[in-house]
Amino acid sequence: MEDLSLPKIDYAAIAPMLILFGVACVGVLFEAVLPKVARRSTQLVLALLGLVAALVVIVWQADTRVLTAGGAVAIDGPTLFLQGAIIVLGIMALLLIGDRALEHGGAFVAQAAVTVGSEADRRQAVKEQGATEVYPLSVFAIAGMLLFVAANDLLTMFVALEVFSLPLYLLCALARRRRLLSQEAALKYFLLGAYASAFFLFGVALVYGFAGGVEFGTIHDSVTESTQSTVLLYAGLAMIAIGLLFKAAAAPFHVWTPDVYQGAPTPITGLMAACTKVAAFGGLLRVLYVGFDGVAWDYTPILGVVAVLTMLIGAVLAVTQTDIKRLLAYSSIANAGYLLVGVLALSKDGLSSTMFYLVAYGFTVIAAFGVVTLVRDADGEATHLSRWAGLGRRSPLYAGIFTFILLAFAGIPLTSGFIAKFAVFGAALDAGEVWLVVFGVITSMLLAFPYLRVVVMMWLSEPGESTPTVSIPGGLTAAALVIGVVATLVLGVAPAPLLDLTTSAADFVR
Amino acid sequence: MHDTVEYAHASGFLSSVWLLIAIPLASAAVLLLLGKRADKWGHWLGVASVGVAFVLGLTYFLQLRGLDNRAVELSLFDYIEVGSLHVDFGLLFDPLSAVFVLLITGVGFLIHLYAVGYMEHDEGRRRFFGYFNLFVAAMLLLVLGNNFVMLYIGWEGVGLASYLLISFWVSRPSAATAGKKAFLMNRVGDAGFAIAIFLMFAQLGTTQYDEVFNGIGAVASGTVLIMGLLLLLGATGKSGQFPLQAWLPDAMEGPTPVSALIHAATMVTAGVYLIARSNPIFSANETLQTVVVSVGALTLLIGCIIGCAKDDIKRVLAWSTVSQIGYMFLGVGLGGAAYALAIVHLLAHGFFKAGLFLGAGSVMHGMNDQTDIRRFGGLWRYMRITWATFGLAWLAIIGLPPLSGFFSKEPIIVAAYEREGWTAWLFGTAALIGAGVTAFYMTRLFVLTFHGPKRWTEDIDHPHESPPVMTVPLVLLAVGSVAAGGLMATSVPDWLVPALGDHSGEEAHAVMSHGLITALSIVVTVLGGGLAYALFRNGTALQEQPASPIVVAARRNLYADAFNEAVFEKPGIFLTRALVFLDNRGIDGLVNGLAAAVGGGSSRLRRLQTGFVRSYAMSMLTGALLVVAAFLALQLGWLA
Repeated sequence: MEDLSLPKIDYAAIAPMLILFGVACVGVLFEAVLPKVARRSTQLVLALLGLVAALVVIVWQADTRVLTAGGAVAIDGPTLFLQGAIIVLGIMALLLIGDRALEHGGAFVAQAAVTVGSEADRRQAVKEQGATEVYPLSVFAIAGMLLFVAANDLLTMFVALEVFSLPLYLLCALARRRRLLSQEAALKYFLLGAYASAFFLFGVALVYGFAGGVEFGTIHDSVTESTQSTVLLYAGLAMIAIGLLFKAAAAPFHVWTPDVYQGAPTPITGLMAACTKVAAFGGLLRVLYVGFDGVAWDYTPILGVVAVLTMLIGAVLAVTQTDIKRLLAYSSIANAGYLLVGVLALSKDGLSSTMFYLVAYGFTVIAAFGVVTLVRDADGEATHLSRWAGLGRRSPLYAGIFTFILLAFAGIPLTSGFIAKFAVFGAALDAGEVWLVVFGVITSMLLAFPYLRVVVMMWLSEPGESTPTVSIPGGLTAAALVIGVVATLVLGVAPAPLLDLTTSAADFVR
Repeated sequence: MHDTVEYAHASGFLSSVWLLIAIPLASAAVLLLLGKRADKWGHWLGVASVGVAFVLGLTYFLQLRGLDNRAVELSLFDYIEVGSLHVDFGLLFDPLSAVFVLLITGVGFLIHLYAVGYMEHDEGRRRFFGYFNLFVAAMLLLVLGNNFVMLYIGWEGVGLASYLLISFWVSRPSAATAGKKAFLMNRVGDAGFAIAIFLMFAQLGTTQYDEVFNGIGAVASGTVLIMGLLLLLGATGKSGQFPLQAWLPDAMEGPTPVSALIHAATMVTAGVYLIARSNPIFSANETLQTVVVSVGALTLLIGCIIGCAKDDIKRVLAWSTVSQIGYMFLGVGLGGAAYALAIVHLLAHGFFKAGLFLGAGSVMHGMNDQTDIRRFGGLWRYMRITWATFGLAWLAIIGLPPLSGFFSKEPIIVAAYEREGWTAWLFGTAALIGAGVTAFYMTRLFVLTFHGPKRWTEDIDHPHESPPVMTVPLVLLAVGSVAAGGLMATSVPDWLVPALGDHSGEEAHAVMSHGLITALSIVVTVLGGGLAYALFRNGTALQEQPASPIVVAARRNLYADAFNEAVFEKPGIFLTRALVFLDNRGIDGLVNGLAAAVGGGSSRLRRLQTGFVRSYAMSMLTGALLVVAAFLALQLGWLA
């Protein structure tokens, strides 16, 4: 029998993840020991400090290119860039999560286990502060995402997938208002997520059967060298892709997205729309670029069809939505399609432009959900679109911000959305994927329509009796909004530095 | 065929050419951000910013005249740089952009001035000027960019501003619908344009004008054709040309100064600019040129035929815009020396069409915002200045010598007759007939509005002339309508040589003699005008009369709307509904729904509720099976 020895671990390289997992565990401890009044501020500060510390380590580690922990974790350019992106976007989402100025007690329920509609529920709805477990849960999710984009074998990737998914399922159920909707969303997300995970895991087993290993390096080698039947390989790759496409909200695995985005507490929706997207595409990039690049010619047309379908469904269905959160959900689906176009360029340009797109989209989408939290009436957020009519008269500043955000989504020039689309389409064209670009351009033109409909509604309609007020954001939400809007503008006007960064980071280690 | 295109770097005073865009943009920002605080003086700021831009533009123009290489480039910064992709945020000031700058800021200034009076009683006046300035800035960016991406940025910007301005009067549902229609039809064109830009990237690796034009010779002819057709699609969308012409007349729902500036003088001519600017691409493929000529000829006929059947003063003018831009497309499609002729017609058109629209606005101002020419008549006695200026613009547009339309339109007709073979007869005669019909419907418009018996509605007792702030621009534009054509007929083509190429040495032979064509075009104009005068000098019926099928077809915009509805709208709605159905119910909803429909139980159908996790799981499973099957099919060689 072989000697079992511990693999060498480069602790500095994985320090960001260690920090965040540590911070999350400490956060759980705090829940047990701290008095109730002190918890919220302590937890928020702890979580933010942890994220900032992890970001500092990532910047410090910027030149690391190493396989560590026995080849289970790869710290390279894309890993570090995507981890950095997840943390920055995570900080923004955490600012939204931590806000309590908009609603007494914050956006989260105090005790999720209390039966909806009961006496106790009514009491806690008005009086009690929101649960503070959301902070360690969010940090767990973010840490899981960091591991997910760094995972260099399929098993580590699966573990990371579950680590970041489970807290998200929980977080979805914790809305303070419309609790039934929120719980339903969480249950749907959980059931369908588990379903998708099963596909992923089955795919891992099949690929193991083909390659005799789960590391991407091993898979890559056997894809190019193996002479045995490739049925296992293709079936396995298909199922792994399904698991990842589910998280990325690509059609036809997008069905959960509108319900979950609508039901989840809005700050959590922001976290999912930005960070989960980065993580899911980070994982997909590594799987396709590192593990299965040898069969790129075979999967490109199939995933291309998925991309086209995703863009079409997202764009067409966004037109008919009447709820702002559902509209943003379909827009997020369409954006998954554009990201897939970038991924399928299968080149260095494809990698760098996809990473740019993820960051650009993340900033904008969190800011968008930030504005959604502000537009409210006595029953909480007013998400029905008819309620947004005439918002421009009531509060030109926030209507202006939201207009800018929508223009960025629509890919209007001088916003980050334009550059991002331009970059991914350019990369796909370089790779000869003309048909994807044609569909991309057409659907993005189509998608501009629902966005501009909202703009027109806000500015050109008379405010009705039911037009809700816009709450003045607390410092936290305001900070998140400012970051998101400024980033959207700066990346639209002077994208060169970030484009340089993504280009220099666009090299996987194998 | 083309010399190498080379631009010098801007230096000295010309390196501040970005101010042209920055000044209206800053003014728009002030107007929109300051809010009500700027209500008192905001409109004057808006007027002043465009005025300053005009003076600056004139100075740059004079500077440019003094240079040897009359095309200067100014690179502001690297805009996009990723991999092989490189886009400059740069400006190009050359003869072509210079004349557009002067047109946009010059005519723009007069229309801004006019709008101060026209919008006086509108509480949204400050906001209006904010959008108006925004439009001017975007339009200047469109003509000043030094690559196709910059052109696209301006293109989207003017589209956005136009959309906002059409829907400006939101209280009217028709305005909102018109805005929507304009937006959607422009999207179709924009998609073509965007794909053309990407195609340029794929083929040439750049979108800088000089690099594209110098490299186009090496691109396969079929690719050039596709690229050009896509650019043409973009151009037809923005310029209201066939097959995307239906939005432009509806866009008249916006305030009249908007119709004058955006939907007559400047934005709608952006398509002509695009083709003229890309002249090396269009000249590189003859099929492409024939397509452009056909679009132009067809549209100019469509426009003037429908123009004859409309009774709304602004709609008639809108269809005449469609028709006149058809002449410009005809010109740029003919290529060679005719590029410059199209630009001359564009500039001349800018003056007289702006004059006509502002005149129409002045009439509406005095007539309680009515637009039905059947209820006008005899107005010349009450609004002398409007009558005189409108009359001069009318004579200019029908192309009677020595007014500007004659000098700008007649050379295009001659150029059409200079084509080879039978197409000369086809396109030349189309242009000639167009001239006659134009004279007919414009005369009808003029006579019904200003002459003949009064047919006013009861609520009007004494129409009044507009205030000086509105009539002064009218007079200035009328001077332009009279003089501009003659002045520009030879000077502008010479001036444009660096941008459009030197064609003075090219011999061309028309199928008829030059003099005969000129005589014919004057004859058809006089005939058309005379016929209209004879028919309408005694007024017209107040209600729509039963008419022959041709007139009915023209009243229905030659059934273009019905066609769009049947071919695009209905299938689009069906597709959306089908997708919504599928998405809500999942695949098993579809399967069970079919079963229930076959079984005929609507109550059973209702029980197949939406939003069930099992439906979602079912559609995921179906999708998963398809993906796995596709992979395996590929493996077994079924798809490959």
